Amino acid sequence: MPEQVFFALEAAANGLMTGVLYALVALGFVLIFKASGIFNFAQGVFALFAAMTLVGFQNGQIPFAHLINAIFGTSLHHFGWNMPTVLAILCTMAVMVLLAFLVERWVLKHLVNQEPIILFMATIGLAYFLEGFGDVMWGADIKKLDVGLPQGMSSAIDEATYSLFGYGFFIDRLDVVAAVVAAMLVVALMLFSQFTKYGRALRAVADDHQAALSVGISLRFIWVMVWAIAGFVALVAGMMWGTKMGVQFSLSLIALKALPVLMLGGFTSIPGAIVGGLIIGMGEQLFEFSVGPLVGGATQNWFAYMLALVFLVFRPQGLFGEKIIERV
Amino acid sequence: MFYREAGDFKTSYRDDAQTFPIAFDRLRYYLVLAVALGVIPFMINDYWANAVIVPFLIWSIAAIGLNILMGYAGQVSLGTGGFMAVGAYATFKLMTSFPDLNIVIIVVLSGFITAGVGVLFGLPSLRIKGFYLAVATLAAQFFLIWLFNRVGWFYNYSASGQINAPERTVLGIAVTGPASPPWAQYFICLFFVLVVAWMARNLTRGSVGRSWMAIRDMDIAAEIIGVNPLKAKLTAFAVSSFFIGIAGSLFFSVYLGAVEVGEAFGIEKSFIALFAVIIGGLGSIFGSFAGAAFMVLFPVLLKNILVNGLNWPTDLAAHIQLMVIGGLIIVFLILEPHGLAALWRVIKEKLRLWPFPH
Amino acid sequence: MKDGMDTDAEGYLTADGRKIGGVLMEMRNITLRFGGVVAIKDISFDIREGEIRAIIGPNGAGKSSMLNVINGFYHPQEGEVWFRGQKRGSVRPYDVARMGIARTFQNIALFKGMSTLDNIMTGRLTMTKTGLLSQALWWGKAEAEETYHREKAEKIIDFLEIQHIRKTPVGRLPYGLQKRVELGRALAAEPKLLLMGVVMDLSDRVVVMDYGRKIGDGTPDEVRANPEVINAYLGVAHD
Repeated sequence: MPEQVFFALEAAANGLMTGVLYALVALGFVLIFKASGIFNFAQGVFALFAAMTLVGFQNGQIPFAHLINAIFGTSLHHFGWNMPTVLAILCTMAVMVLLAFLVERWVLKHLVNQEPIILFMATIGLAYFLEGFGDVMWGADIKKLDVGLPQGMSSAIDEATYSLFGYGFFIDRLDVVAAVVAAMLVVALMLFSQFTKYGRALRAVADDHQAALSVGISLRFIWVMVWAIAGFVALVAGMMWGTKMGVQFSLSLIALKALPVLMLGGFTSIPGAIVGGLIIGMGEQLFEFSVGPLVGGATQNWFAYMLALVFLVFRPQGLFGEKIIERV
Repeated sequence: MFYREAGDFKTSYRDDAQTFPIAFDRLRYYLVLAVALGVIPFMINDYWANAVIVPFLIWSIAAIGLNILMGYAGQVSLGTGGFMAVGAYATFKLMTSFPDLNIVIIVVLSGFITAGVGVLFGLPSLRIKGFYLAVATLAAQFFLIWLFNRVGWFYNYSASGQINAPERTVLGIAVTGPASPPWAQYFICLFFVLVVAWMARNLTRGSVGRSWMAIRDMDIAAEIIGVNPLKAKLTAFAVSSFFIGIAGSLFFSVYLGAVEVGEAFGIEKSFIALFAVIIGGLGSIFGSFAGAAFMVLFPVLLKNILVNGLNWPTDLAAHIQLMVIGGLIIVFLILEPHGLAALWRVIKEKLRLWPFPH
Repeated sequence: MKDGMDTDAEGYLTADGRKIGGVLMEMRNITLRFGGVVAIKDISFDIREGEIRAIIGPNGAGKSSMLNVINGFYHPQEGEVWFRGQKRGSVRPYDVARMGIARTFQNIALFKGMSTLDNIMTGRLTMTKTGLLSQALWWGKAEAEETYHREKAEKIIDFLEIQHIRKTPVGRLPYGLQKRVELGRALAAEPKLLLMGVVMDLSDRVVVMDYGRKIGDGTPDEVRANPEVINAYLGVAHD
């Protein structure tokens, strides 16, 4: 049945596009993990928070309006103007940088030299805090995000595939844009880490904290920088996901899928994050397509985690991680 | 009455290994027990049972379970909600398949079934560690919830997808179902809390507990001095899941009565247990109680102040609750990684020296 | 099973008159590689009952690797390990501990969150017989067993004179006391063979390693006179 093959191919193609978005979130994790050894569970909430802030700026929402109204009995909501998208994105970036600064100052600084698992749990606390904070600041209602990205079926791909195979592939234009943006972001990050002074400092810290300190690189500055970059990556991811499915809490759960992506790709490898994202994005679509109907569907909820779990049992260091020789 | 070890000599190692080595602690313990058995049952009403006491007891069991795994054996789990769901659905299937089976036996059996599932998901812990394992346990969380949501056999193909607890009695008194009185719900939960806490205490003061803690503190050295990591980790997963399964079973059958799995046992339940353990204190049975009390009482308190007291909207209060709990987790991890239990220990140590601190 | 024994199985008398018995452990042609790196190259030696046997060598010579092989933590690609007259198959470290081999570590490996007493009690984990259920219910056997092991542990605590820190978490103890606790933990296991860091002069016989090879084996005096050993320590260039 050639039709089935096309359906499967289409599912795979769509999965690849979703995978790109997973990879995008995963990038944020890798950056922070490489520079500080911290597994930032809050990365998904970062994306959510960035998207909320972006919508808030765009729509001229008054921050903390709910809280102010509750305390003073006012009924504030909007400033009454809309911010141009570009300006709103810049303002959101500023907020993410400020957030990175505060996280370093109020959380990380006090947890230096703690065990990784303690830091991990601290980022779970951070995720909770930031989720509540975002809700208090901007309200928890589902918001529509429109930054001018194209949406809907790509007729070009539809037509091209139709003329080739006699079957038109349904692919969302947003997914294509997201893939392109993600690819650009990856290239930009690689250029940054290879060719700029700060990028080199970042890699030095990732290689050896002590050595980096001894040649005068400020660890605190690097941490703020890397969390700010991760915040920026979160903003991009939040923009894509937010446009796709609205700005809402489940966004942070989807972003959580970057975790199995990383387990697959290895926590320290940028190519690993991308390959892992693609494998998981495609794998879960194909699995849902082939096995899903037999078992009740919605297998995307767990497929990524199970795949990562089974995979890790056989290769604990991930696809691209290095094998560790334990010493006593 | 002084809080003192002096003059309270132990003449045998057996005495020295007892749960409360200081006489005053023993007295306090009996006092709490007397209040729990002699006072609360007569005071308890629907509101207190539903809002505070029954959830506190059930979350204490779950927190003890997670603390065995995390605090004693050092294996982080984000799958508590999923394992509680196993306990709940095991109870539902047993209740509906064997209507004559006593509910106490059903709860215990549900614990054993959950222990089996826990061991299965604990197997990867032999190869992966730390936050890798934490993420792996998310697989259990998401897969189990999906399973109970999608596979009809588990909810007896009910149209709503919900499960409902039929009425079951102990000594002729209903403890599950809508007709069960609050004091009966309280007693059955209290019974399990006492048994679980006692067993957890026994396990953690003996050689099993030592093998867990050895793995937690330094797994390689533990293996070289003779701890089988497979056995230590899997027993930790089994015991932990056994307790968590009991908690899930009671949560469904006694407390909620009706359950929609995604709502009742979603990932946020995993976090409640995790936070209870962190705030209460890793590696402390007392801390598990303190943490559970905090996680149950704090939202009630906050809601009473903000919503009932200040007339703020409910959703705003809920958001502030998220912020405060998240913030507190960070504060505890920074200032007192051993939680409320450690704070309590510091106070006790001061008391030991009082009134002559120098 | 006398197959693994040395020919002079009867042992010998040390300079200070102690009687050294037959061969307890024998390493035969051990080679250990990590990828392309050879950590141990074709090393053989034996350890006798009652003997203080040293392995010395400069940093990176492969001493730790050798201890890890004895412990079953590393598995050599070539060679055989014989213990008490039996060839050891593929074993895990905890099996080795059960056979009666205990160890103290170069950079103290105590369980930091546990008290001195609990740390020493972990040394007796290999001898625990009661099961999970019995311990959970603390019935009869579990309690009796705990008390029995506690008595043994207390004897070691008395011997090492660390009664005052019995209930102190070891993480808070100074280095010297931690060393003592670690020794206590190893002694608690009542080992047939104890691996630990000792001064060479206390040894009866010494194996000298350098770059994964054995370059000397004999009494401390013999080893001191060995030119290759002197070169290894004074850093003469290797060819």
